[in-house]
Amino acid sequence: MATYSTNEFKSGLKVMLDGDPCAIVENEFVKPGKGQAFNRVRLRNLKTGKIWERTFKSGESLEGADVMDTDMQYLYNDGEFWHFMDPNTFEQQAAEESAVGDAKQWLREEDVCTVTLYNGSPLSVSPPNFVELEITETDPGLKGDTAGTGGKPATLSTGAVVRVPLFVQTGEVVKVDTRTGEYVGRIKD
Amino acid sequence: MSGSDWRPLAPLPALRQRARLYQHIRAFFEARDVMEVSTPMLGRHGVTDPAIQCIRVPGHGVLQSSPEYHMKRLLAAGSGAIYQISPVFREGESGARHNTEFTLLEWYRPGFSLPRLIDETCALMAPLLGQPPVKRVSFRALFKAVTGLDPLSADMASLQQAIPAGQHVPDMDRPQLVDWLMGFVVEPAMDRDTLVVVQDFPAWAAALARLQTDPEGDTVAARFEIYFNGLELANGYDELTDPAEQRARFEADRARRTALGLPDASVDPHLLAALEHGIGDCAGVALGVERLLMAASGEQRIDRVMAFTRDNA
Repeated sequence: MATYSTNEFKSGLKVMLDGDPCAIVENEFVKPGKGQAFNRVRLRNLKTGKIWERTFKSGESLEGADVMDTDMQYLYNDGEFWHFMDPNTFEQQAAEESAVGDAKQWLREEDVCTVTLYNGSPLSVSPPNFVELEITETDPGLKGDTAGTGGKPATLSTGAVVRVPLFVQTGEVVKVDTRTGEYVGRIKD
Repeated sequence: MSGSDWRPLAPLPALRQRARLYQHIRAFFEARDVMEVSTPMLGRHGVTDPAIQCIRVPGHGVLQSSPEYHMKRLLAAGSGAIYQISPVFREGESGARHNTEFTLLEWYRPGFSLPRLIDETCALMAPLLGQPPVKRVSFRALFKAVTGLDPLSADMASLQQAIPAGQHVPDMDRPQLVDWLMGFVVEPAMDRDTLVVVQDFPAWAAALARLQTDPEGDTVAARFEIYFNGLELANGYDELTDPAEQRARFEADRARRTALGLPDASVDPHLLAALEHGIGDCAGVALGVERLLMAASGEQRIDRVMAFTRDNA
């Protein structure tokens, strides 16, 4: 893997730090006097999601991280692993629960997700920004309430629970923004 | 490439502001009988300074990191007071407040003392910054006021304790640690609405400035830097004019480069010959044009005042 000098640091660059793959969030060049210059760098640890802040002497280098974002289709969960397939190569990957994280509540079979591969194995999974899922359970609510005030909890086919307007019923398909977990609208056939 | 990548980064009013600044600079020096000059951006030699990495153009030479050497040769030839607005290039200096290529306003005043040049520099900048108050402070006093430590005499353990908790820093020697604390602790604590003139730098940061003895009897560099709104805007020297001392500093720089694993840098024989010929007592200052535009418009990012930076040039 290539090494990157502080000259090449920019946001989005994937590097190794303390043995973990990280993405550079922000790189600030600071040259206080006429002497040593520094790069103050904020990095996201891609394993834990934590933000690290480090200063480096300008000219120091970090090893690049073998990290790649790939669009993959979600296949199924076997109870231990979540399986994904590259729709172009048909290559399959099995992701552990720690890699799937919060994404698991949005995964519907055949939906295309972004799987981040580190050294060729899944490191994290991002669901599509919007998913369409069937409501498996919700209180009947009040007929005639179309203003959508208040709302009520609804359980979706993947197990996720979202707040929906009172008029939305069990068996209907709803569109949800996975980044906020919010109901967007009903899908009518 | 998306459809709008061709567009300049800075808004058009910022470009107009730059045009007005150039008019202001030219009128300022016209009134003071300082001659505008133009020296090459591409020269055979760069600087030896281990803290500045020049960009080499294979087969042609070195993009200049400052017009200083050429301008000193003009001074030696009897030019009298001169100024120049020129693009300069520094490898690796890129970030929110830096761009590899930027613009320096540099001027030299034969026979000026450092305090007189400080007054002139403040007079040039003040109208653009709303006539702020000017405060002069020595590097030692400023450093001590913020950290409680003397940068020249405090022991290394105390200096290390001044690093805020939770900061991960590299291994550093005294000059590096003092620079780190200056950059990350002292500078952010400076008055923002005052032109802060920092003087008498540690001798290790002399670069091309003369050395002198400060009131406490220590050797310091006859240099100043001027800050406004947390930004360093200008950097001035009581110029080193002794060729033997200059040659010794060049060789010390080259030894330091070797020790740091940096590429060697040739010594400019023309500069040394010009100093041998003699340039007389002289004070000079370099002012970052983009920094001044940022300070004048309250911007914190250089790409708010530059149409094209490293990212889109």
